[in-house]
Formats: sequence, structure tokens, C-alpha cells
Amino acid sequence: MASEATTETTKRDFLFVATGAVGAVAVAGAVWPLIDQMNPDASVLALASIEYDLSSIEVGQSVTIKWRGLPVFIRHRTQAEIDEARAVPLSELKDPATDEERTKPGHEQWLIMIANCTHLGCVPVGEAGDFDGWFCPCHGSHYDTAGRIRRGPAPANLVLPDYEFVSDTLVQIG
Amino acid sequence: MAGNSTYNPTNPVEKWLDDRLPLVRFSKEHLMDFPTPKNLNYWWTFGAILVMCLGIQIVTGIVLAMHYTPEATMAFNSVEHIRRDVNFGRIIQGTHAVGASMFFAAVYIHIFRGLYYGSYKEPREVLWILGVIMFVLMMATAFMGYVLPWGQMSFWAATVITNIFAAIPIVGEPILQLLRGGFAVDNATLNRFFSLHYLLPFVLAAVVALHIWALHVPGNNNPVGVEVKSERDTLAFHPYYTMKDMFAMVVFLIPFAWFVFFAPDILGHPDNYIMADPQVTPPHIVPEWYFLPFYAILRAIDFNILFIDSKLGGVIFFAGSILVLFFVPWLDRSKVRSGSFRPLFKPFYWVFVLNFIMLTYLGAQAAEGIYVVLSKIGTAYYFAYFLIILPVLSRIETPAPLPTSISESVLSKSAS
Repeated sequence: MASEATTETTKRDFLFVATGAVGAVAVAGAVWPLIDQMNPDASVLALASIEYDLSSIEVGQSVTIKWRGLPVFIRHRTQAEIDEARAVPLSELKDPATDEERTKPGHEQWLIMIANCTHLGCVPVGEAGDFDGWFCPCHGSHYDTAGRIRRGPAPANLVLPDYEFVSDTLVQIG
Repeated sequence: MAGNSTYNPTNPVEKWLDDRLPLVRFSKEHLMDFPTPKNLNYWWTFGAILVMCLGIQIVTGIVLAMHYTPEATMAFNSVEHIRRDVNFGRIIQGTHAVGASMFFAAVYIHIFRGLYYGSYKEPREVLWILGVIMFVLMMATAFMGYVLPWGQMSFWAATVITNIFAAIPIVGEPILQLLRGGFAVDNATLNRFFSLHYLLPFVLAAVVALHIWALHVPGNNNPVGVEVKSERDTLAFHPYYTMKDMFAMVVFLIPFAWFVFFAPDILGHPDNYIMADPQVTPPHIVPEWYFLPFYAILRAIDFNILFIDSKLGGVIFFAGSILVLFFVPWLDRSKVRSGSFRPLFKPFYWVFVLNFIMLTYLGAQAAEGIYVVLSKIGTAYYFAYFLIILPVLSRIETPAPLPTSISESVLSKSAS
């Protein structure tokens, strides 16, 4: 340890930094598979799209189906529910969205939403709460007849999945 | 404090070992001759009780893992199989489930003892921080263990708690999927929770070793909070405190055994005897009792704070209620450790204890009406205690006169 202290950059300093950098990349490369294995696997991703036949759902009826492991509400709304949702001024909404934005044109009676409360993921109870829509029993969030958050801790409206109408009675989700 | 041992091996085998691995010397210094303040009361026995609890959980847990199946369609039935078919399974599973509750009961007493007697103060800050880390590890382990029976409460607890991470801006959703291994809580989630539930208790045991190491550097705090000044203030750990701790363990095991043998399900929820159903949330989901105060804090924030929405706000307060514990050694600047000599501190401390019990009660109630208002008041006091009351008290309070030494305080008590 008798070497003299020097402020000059030497070849040794360069090798030291270069070795360290290569080592860091190697560690990151080795760790990444160990983390990424926790992400959704190929079998989960393969179930990402389903079709559902709506013809058996009467007006005023709802079903809960499973999509990507998540529950999805499909509600055949009554005219009264549609009118009620459209009558709400946007200024009253915590997460403003019109009823039209939450349905597909020509299929306004169908409301299709992921059935997990946007607060912490419980499944809300249908036709309940102070706004005739859904009520989440876990932490008391109220949703209206368009699935929009009206009161309670949830920050956002019930989430709409990507979906499209293949025909008038067949819907493809995902 | 170490190095007080009089160990002097005479036997040649012991001498040979002592030169190579001084295991016997170490045990004698730290488990037998360790000088311990002679005035420790029964609140100080909970450290040993906690070690016992961890031991019970590890032993019963390893046995349960021999019969349990971590697979979404079979997990629920395998737990029923343990309770009905496996020899003594009902008792072993009951001990493990009740053991979690008893573990938390003991850890809460241990933490509140530390808060009253100022055990977190210099030079024991690292000891305290290791304790808070263990508390966090315990909560993670208990939560993941509760998911394993795969009942309705298990499933929805997993859904709600993992969803907490989704509140983090931008990276929340990817983190949520990474934790769950899918878009919803499912088999992948159950599998990894089983793996981690098996791992974390051993991590916990390692931190226990560090905790005891950090304890044995400055030595124990004590009820008067005056440091040990001479040998007259101490007793050898063995037999004085080994016996006291063992007596306390026996007393602690009485309610433990009562729960296991007479009411193994009284602390649980009937809904957890319904198999997990991702389509239906039970009408009233409640965490286990030991999470209720923090759950009440999470729910109390049902309003937006500036640009922070109610969900993220709840999560910030929930995490903050635990993180604030890390900073207690620097929030309470009073030089006097023991609450017994702090006339102003005492009433605020006891209100804090009652407030914590109130939050426990509120966490189990529906989120409506008066309960929401009380939860907000309780949350406000919880944070005010640490962030305002403790710092202010340490400036304005005039403490009562302290005894000059531990032995003086002991002698004056026995004289009166």
C-alpha cells in the first residue's frame, strides 16, 4: 500500500469502471427473468378475448360473466334508467362522462363494464345505492345507472372493457 | 455489555472448541450471564413471548405445508381435509390460525410498551427500527397466510390489498399485474403467496437475531428509563429473567389454549368457510382484527386532497401510519425515556391507546354515518400524536425528578 495518491486518470481507473458497468448489466440481466416470471403468463394472456350472446338477457336484467379472470357486468337497461343517466348534468359528476360515451351508438340499452369497484376491487351490488345503479358494500361507493361514480371513496367510474358488437345480439369483449 | 462472561473452559474439548468457534462462550454471554436491569416488569416479558410465537408458527406451519395444496381449485378443500382427516389436524391448523392472532396481540403490547417507556430513544434507535421492520414483515406474512385457505374472505382480502398498489400513479397497474400474475387474483396469486408465506418467517427470524443483537449492544431499557450505572443495577439473565419469561409464557398460553380448544373460529369470519368466488363479494368484508386500526385509517380518507384523489389519499395515510413509526426516535426529543416521569405525556399517551382501540372497533363497522366521522377523528389523532404532540411535548414539558439509579428506585419502593 505504498502507492502514491494521484489525481490523474489511469488505464486502471478505466478498467475498474468498465468492469463495474459490465457487472451491473450482467446482474440486471440475470434478475429480470426472476421478476418477469411473476407477470401474467401466456395461458392467462390467451384468454384475453371472448364472445357473448346477449339474446337471453331481458330488459332490466343483468348478468355477470368472467373475462380475463375479471367479473364483467352486462346490463340490459330499462328506458327509465337510460333517461335517468342522461338527465344528470356533467358538473355533478366526480369523473365526468356522458351516458353516450359509456355505451355504443345504437346499443344504448347495453351497459358493459368491468365489475370491480375502482376503489379496491370489490364487486358492487346491482340495483342498489342512492343513485339506482350499483353500491359497493366494501367501502360505500355509489354508482349511477351508467356506472358512474357519484359518492364514496372510489376515484373513477366503473371501467369499460374494450368491446364491440359483432351483431345486434353478439358482443365481443377484449 | 458483552464480554461480562466468566466463562473459563477447563475441559480440553470445550477449550478446543472455544478456540475455533466460541459457541458456548457466546451463549453464556448472551443467554445466561447477560447483565439485565433488575427492575424489569412483566411488560418486558413479551419479547420472549414473541420469540415463542414465531417458533409456534414456524413449527405448525411446516407441518401444515405437508398437507396443504396451493392450487385454486384444491386449496379450500385441502384445508378442510387438514381439519377433518389429518391426525390432530384440527388442533394443528387451529393453533396456526389462533397463533397469528396471539402473535399480533403480543406484538401490539410489545410496541405500546416501547412507546410508553421510550425504548426507541438514543441509543436504541436501530433496535426500534428493526422492530418496525419486523412488524411490517409480520403483517405481510399474516396477510399472505390468510389468503391460503382460499375462502371468500381470503380471496377478497387478496383483491382489496393488492389493489392498494394500483393507487400508485403511472406504475400502479403494471405493479398490480406483476403482484397478481394475472388480471385478477387467481391461481398464480395463490401459488406465489404460498411460496412467500413460507419464506418470510425465516427472514423474520433473521431480523429477530439482528433485533436481539441491537438489544445486547446498549442493553435493556427499563421502567424508570435510567441507564444501568453499576453491577448493583443488574441481575444475570439466567436464571432470573429466563424464569420470569417462562412464567409469563405459561400465563400467555392459557388464553391461547382456550381459543385453540374451545373457540378456534371465534376470531375468524364465517364467510371464509365459503370457497372463493371471483363473481361475488361478501356483503361485509372485514380484515382480521389485527389489521382493523389501519383499515379504518385507509377508509377514513374518502375525499380528494388537492390533486390527490381519495383512493391514493387513503393509501398514503395507510402506509404513512406505519412509516411514521420509523421516525418516532426523532419526533420525540424528550431526554426522559420513561412515561412515568412525564406528567404531560401520560394523558396524551393513554388517549392514543384508547384512540387505537377505537380505530380497531371502527375498522369493523360499515363505512357510513357516525363511523366515518369517528374514523376521521381517530386518524387525525393518530397522526397528530406522532407529528405534533410528541415533538411539542418534548419542548414544553417539565419532567418529574428521576431517580439517580435503578437500584435507588428499587430500594425506595421496597422501603415505602
